[in-house]
Amino acid sequence: MKRTLLIARREWRVAFDSPVAYLVLAALPTLTAAFFFLMGDFFARGEASMREFFALMPQLMIPIVPALTMRLWAEEQRSGTEELLLSYPFRVRQLVLGKFLGALGLLALSLAATALVPLTVAWLGPLDWGPVIGGYLATLMLGAACIAVGAWLSSLTHNQIVAWILGVALLLCANLLGAAATARAVPEALGRILLGSDLGLRFQSMARGVIDFGDLAYYLGLVAFFLCLNGLVLERRRWS
Amino acid sequence: MSNRAALSRPAPPPVVEVEGLEKSYGEVRALDGISFSVDAGSVVAFLGPNGAGKTTAIKILTGYLGADRGRARVCGHDVDRDPLAARSQVGYLPENNPLYPDMRVCDLLRFAFEAQRTGEASAADAIDRAVSRTGLAEVYRKFIGACSKGFRQRVGLAQALLHDPPLLILDEPTNGLDPLQVVEIRQLIRDLGAHKTVLVTTHVLPEVEALAERVVMIHRGRKVADGALAQLVQVGTEGLWVHVGVRGSETALRSVLQQAGATEVTGRSSPFADAAACAVQARVRDADALPALAAAVHAAGLEMVEFAPQGGSLEMLFQRLVTPAAAVSGVAPEPSPEDLGGRA
Repeated sequence: MKRTLLIARREWRVAFDSPVAYLVLAALPTLTAAFFFLMGDFFARGEASMREFFALMPQLMIPIVPALTMRLWAEEQRSGTEELLLSYPFRVRQLVLGKFLGALGLLALSLAATALVPLTVAWLGPLDWGPVIGGYLATLMLGAACIAVGAWLSSLTHNQIVAWILGVALLLCANLLGAAATARAVPEALGRILLGSDLGLRFQSMARGVIDFGDLAYYLGLVAFFLCLNGLVLERRRWS
Repeated sequence: MSNRAALSRPAPPPVVEVEGLEKSYGEVRALDGISFSVDAGSVVAFLGPNGAGKTTAIKILTGYLGADRGRARVCGHDVDRDPLAARSQVGYLPENNPLYPDMRVCDLLRFAFEAQRTGEASAADAIDRAVSRTGLAEVYRKFIGACSKGFRQRVGLAQALLHDPPLLILDEPTNGLDPLQVVEIRQLIRDLGAHKTVLVTTHVLPEVEALAERVVMIHRGRKVADGALAQLVQVGTEGLWVHVGVRGSETALRSVLQQAGATEVTGRSSPFADAAACAVQARVRDADALPALAAAVHAAGLEMVEFAPQGGSLEMLFQRLVTPAAAVSGVAPEPSPEDLGGRA
């Protein structure tokens, strides 16, 4: 674990030595606050609730997470540092998990910076903190799954922009699975699978404060699956 | 310790052992059953033209690529079966020296030390030692992207040295440097070679002559020569070449030289301002044949303007082994791989 955290720390350091971390740290709190207070109907509703705030998260993750993950492997490939990294005595799983944890840490920090929003709401009226904590947990789980997907896509290319576009496209599709499930042409069994796989629908039930084991397992399963794919891509490149 | 105890101690394994390595990229065969070994404490040049397979072999040794067939070991550790132990014995400077431009030199060195740490050595001591050896003090807190190419090369060498590995693998270490930086980096590698085994890949011949005691030469994925530099040059450029220039007919000169015992005579462009002068190069078995050659030219009434014996050179050997044109142009018959230690 120590060596995994070494990679995670390096990711943090590189992110904070470049504009990436600051952009992500600024983007999430700014966008959530702007959508929630200025563009939403928070003041019209006259209710101290964070439901609308968390409802924004799946949509915000679509552009923000790929921006966080696009350089994870693509930049290593482009600059040739992947060779240096893989020549150090690390296991592939330590590298993959380390990079994932580094990106997840940045996202968690960025989410922590949005805490000003619920604090403001609590200052304006009585806020039930249970759903808020559930909402943050759900956002972190959703973010972890999106990061695993983004990291895998980043390992497939040496172009960060391509990695970002692929990430946005795939996450967008994953958020539209529920809508696709309701289409008339989709058989019922497939519709159920699509509905159960929709990133956003799973999120909404957790964000209401209902922590279901199935939802947690779904997100953790996605993380494990895409991290394994990421590792396989690296291993396969050795034999190409 | 008694002599008997010393004798019964098993000899340490070679630092590098490569047996029958094969690697293809699709239809292209990059390595075709190459084998060699490197003992401790030597600077070995891994020489070959661009595309010969040097970097592929190095990437297999450092664990970045897997071989299709064959085996590679570093300090006795198989790079496939025991990759972490093998990699921890290597300090590696990849071709083109890829580094993180957004990291500071100090941060990269600390990360590289922690990534390669093998014992209880303190990071501060190891980094201080590497920084002082590579002369990085003045850019220690700079971003790598802001350092000159020479300093970046030094950073690449420093990260390879940090964990004090027994083997340094340097892939084209002076590639793209200006002449002054080349001299500096070569001096640094010579200094490192006094304490470590260094495997340097290069296609720059003066670099080999400046750095290495031994040469492993490969071409089209096969080993074509392997041995001490001086020995290879001697065997590979068998015989002694002499540049001869006269005022008179080249045909007459060639005829005289052949009758006087030259085993081979080839033309060369005339270095003389005098249009009546011509120049050839002749090969004789050894230096003892030179007086007869000079006397025959004199006796034929040709006015000699040059008679300069040439030493064998690595360049001649290289051309003979890797340039098909040289082999067929009659410069000299190609020596067999067995003569040069190459059993490809």
